[in-house]
Amino acid sequence: MIRFLLLLLLMFTPLQAMAEDEEIVLGLSQNRVAITARFDGSDILLFGAVKRESPIPDDPLEVIVTVEGPSGPLLIRRKERRFGIWINSKVLEVDSAPAFYAVASSGPLSEVLERIENERYNITVDRNIQTVTSTVEFGNTKEFSTALVRIQQENNSYQVLENAVVVDQQTLFRTSISLPSNLTEGDYQARIFLTRGGSVISQFTTTIDVRKVGLERFLYNLAHEHAPIYGILSLVIAVVAGWGASAAFRLIREG
Amino acid sequence: MNIYLPIAEVSVNAFLLFGLGGIVGILSGIFGVGGGFLITPLLFFVGIPPAVAVATSANQIVASSVSGLMAHLRRKTVDLKMGYVLLAGGMAGSGIGVVVFNYLRSLGQVDLLVRLCYVVFLGIIGALMFVESLRAIQRARKAGGVVPKKRKQRNWIHALPFKMRFRTSSLYISAIPPLIVGFAVGLLAAIMGVGGGFIMVPAMIYILGMPTKVVVGTSLFQIIFVAGFTTLLHAITNNTVDLPLALFLLIGGVIGAQVGTSIGVKLKAEMLRVLLALLVLSVCGKIALELLIEPSELYSLAQPGAEK
Repeated sequence: MIRFLLLLLLMFTPLQAMAEDEEIVLGLSQNRVAITARFDGSDILLFGAVKRESPIPDDPLEVIVTVEGPSGPLLIRRKERRFGIWINSKVLEVDSAPAFYAVASSGPLSEVLERIENERYNITVDRNIQTVTSTVEFGNTKEFSTALVRIQQENNSYQVLENAVVVDQQTLFRTSISLPSNLTEGDYQARIFLTRGGSVISQFTTTIDVRKVGLERFLYNLAHEHAPIYGILSLVIAVVAGWGASAAFRLIREG
Repeated sequence: MNIYLPIAEVSVNAFLLFGLGGIVGILSGIFGVGGGFLITPLLFFVGIPPAVAVATSANQIVASSVSGLMAHLRRKTVDLKMGYVLLAGGMAGSGIGVVVFNYLRSLGQVDLLVRLCYVVFLGIIGALMFVESLRAIQRARKAGGVVPKKRKQRNWIHALPFKMRFRTSSLYISAIPPLIVGFAVGLLAAIMGVGGGFIMVPAMIYILGMPTKVVVGTSLFQIIFVAGFTTLLHAITNNTVDLPLALFLLIGGVIGAQVGTSIGVKLKAEMLRVLLALLVLSVCGKIALELLIEPSELYSLAQPGAEK
């Protein structure tokens, strides 16, 4: 297997050299996303051009854009029927799965990207979910990771946007990725791949900084760094609000 | 108007939260239940992560209970002495309950246990209350609207030592039964993650024989402390209390509790019990169905650490 991969690597080396010919120049509508109290999702516009010194090759140029949120461990549970009721039975611990992942491409992924290239550059989301085989006490982990992708796709955390990248005259490209409102903060990595005939010929990586700001930042830090104070503050607010409402209502009734 | 919650890390509609708080506040004012067994599932439904939902609803319960208690204090329908006795038992119970909860969590399946607890306790309490209060209504009808004066119960409870006089409840009983009731409710509340009002209210009516009018205020009094204790514990150990979320819920909640209290005093005691029984039974039915019917999504995602 390793030898086979090495062979493949050697085969693609000429392509890698060719990549020098076409280079990506990228622009972002914003490289910072500020999560404020009124944050309700955000659209990020990625646009750019292909810089080249040689004439345009015959194969059409395709563009793939991925945006990946911070990764972390995750548990996937499956329910099973035992004694007539549905209970969680099997658990798969995922070592690392991104909190957000979007793939946009200029055509159907199966056409613009060779499988082997996907395995090399980890472009589709399933290539970015790592499971530890040692913690698995049962056969099929594939079902679990498929379920993970399915659930995340349903709540828009994983997105596959085929034909969403517009390419003009094999030189200009643009796409828009919408970040959902249930965003986790962290460094979001945006990658842009140029492909011809299913092979990656050039790539470019940049980071989008997603951070809580203002009151959101303050409360988050307080809750994590001064938990007892935060807890007491919550209680004081609750008691004052309860008492205040009661007093206000009495005033309204009597006055 | 959507707002982003810093701890829950989701964006939700502020008016929706306000409304949820209000509904639960009204129920809390009418029945003297904290509403934890209602608001937590409702928050799951809105998309708040379970750990945050449990911790934050405890905080909102404190607010609506304070608001309700104030209204009851003015009407002098709180038996403070009984409240303190129940509380003493309750604190001991919830302390041990937390230990039991953590032990069960280390075994796994704590989620299932909590659900089974809900179904069993809600089912038993709801059914008993429903039958009893319907009979009371029938009796009241037969007697031409005049409720026959209840015979003073004389059972084993009155044979116990350490008798105390609870003037507001017009009871002269041993301090042991309230202590045990408080302890048991505290224990269950800690395991089930709720204030325990829906167990406490029936226990006060049927086991201690307190008058229904006094029961609600007294229950609210002891819920404040149990829920407050829970909030602090969650805030310190899990950092899962979301202040903005709590704030929106409790603005709705405290107003709702005031409205609920004024509705509650207008309702007949038997009516109050029938309604509470129906509420308890419907929550029980919903949880039971979830356990029995095949879920459409067999898989679920969780953060490791939150349930370890």
